[in-house]
Formats: sequence, C-alpha cells, structure tokens
Amino acid sequence: MDASVILFYVISVLLVLSSLMVVFLRNVIHCALALVAALFLIAILFVMLHAPMMGVLQVLVYAGAIMVLFLFVIMFLNPTAPEPRRKLWWGFGSLAALLLAASLAALLSNGEAPADPVAATETFGSPETLAKSLFTDFVLPFEITSVLLLVAIIGAVVLAKREP
Amino acid sequence: MVPLEYYLILSAVIFAIGVIGVLVRRNLIVVLMSIELMLNAVNLTFIAFSRYLGSMQGQVIVFFVMAVAAAEAVIGLAIVISVFRHRRSLDPQEMQLLKW
Repeated sequence: MDASVILFYVISVLLVLSSLMVVFLRNVIHCALALVAALFLIAILFVMLHAPMMGVLQVLVYAGAIMVLFLFVIMFLNPTAPEPRRKLWWGFGSLAALLLAASLAALLSNGEAPADPVAATETFGSPETLAKSLFTDFVLPFEITSVLLLVAIIGAVVLAKREP
Repeated sequence: MVPLEYYLILSAVIFAIGVIGVLVRRNLIVVLMSIELMLNAVNLTFIAFSRYLGSMQGQVIVFFVMAVAAAEAVIGLAIVISVFRHRRSLDPQEMQLLKW
C-alpha cells in the first residue's frame, strides 16, 4: 500500500473521531477544541491535495480567527445550564444523518470521476496561480466579498452592542 | 495516490456528522460549530475535485466559502450574544417568539 493512502486512512479516522467529538461531547469548550483538531486535520488533507495555500489559510482563518471568536463567546457567556438530552430525538437525528451519509456516498461514488488525477505541475496550488485565478476570472466575486465582510463587521457591532 | 471517491465519501461522512449536530444539539454555539463542520466538508470536496480535474477554480471557490463562513460566524455569534442577553439561555427550543 502506498504511503499516501496510509496517511489518508490515519487522517480520516482521526477526522471522523474529532468530528464526532464536536457533536457528542457535553462541555462546549471540549467541542470547540475538538473542532480545532478537525480543522487542522482538514488542513493536512488540503496540503495532501496540492493546495498548500488553502491549507495555510485554513489554519489561519478557521483554526485561528474563527475558533478564537468561538472560544471568546463561550467564555463571555459562560453557559452553565446543562443541556437536556432526549434519547428518542438523538436516535432520530443519528438515523437521518446515517441515511444522508449513505445516499451521499452512493451518489458521489457513482459519478464518472476521473480515476487518475491530472498530473500536477510544479506551480499548481501555489499562491501565484491562486492569485492569478482570483484576480482575472473572479474579480467581481472578490470585490463583492469585501462588501460582504464590511456588512458583517457593521452587523456584528450593531447586534452585539448593548442597548441604551 | 488516493482515489477521488475516498475524499468524497470522507466529506459525505463529515457533512452527515455536522447534520447530526445541527439536528440534535440544544446549544446554539455547538449548532454554529456543526455548521462550520459542514462547510469544511464541502470545502474538502471542492479541493479534491480541483486536484483531480487539474483546475484552480475549486480552490478559488473555497477561498470565497471561507470568507462567507467567517462572516456567518461573526453574525451568528453576535445574534447568540444578543439572544442570550434577552433570554439567559442558549437553548434554541426556547426561541419561539415567531412560532405560531
């Protein structure tokens, strides 16, 4: 077996475990830390898929900025009330998700996807090619994204402000 | 080389785990974290297709998804804070002001 296949298996087992921990742990802080682990593992998968720039951005933006925001809000609110658990609802939700996973997997593995990847050139996934694509084909979405982020900043300030 | 299907099935599993979190958890912060997990599963699909089709467009779209996810997390957490301020609770079941 190829070394990359073994690495993929190890990472996917760890990824599924940490995702399950995000959903099933009771303490919110533990959930957040499991999510950080999952995001790091996804970043490793990105690097394996010749997307080093996206892996770096994943660690910086997701595991860095967004998770710090989550942890800050958790510590700010300090929710102490224990979460009520309903067995029936958990069983129903897990069953629905299992059905979803099975149908998605069947659907995705049935497509006529190329068996062999296109041979990656030296520069594939480098910041240079990413920026070239971003600033030629995707200029308009890029500019709209900046407006979206401005709206998010203003909205967050207005929403979280204490009313006088 | 890992076949494309492995990545697709892995991301389907991660997406379904995120769906469990959104359906059954009764804590708004964990629900938001599960949504982040689902977004990441979709990002993984995009990156895998980008690699196997040899096109940069998937990576660019993941870039935009990250920006939208950041905006979503910021707004979602601001709403969580303001809801907590009014109701002293993070349980989505108690938010039924608009329920008929």
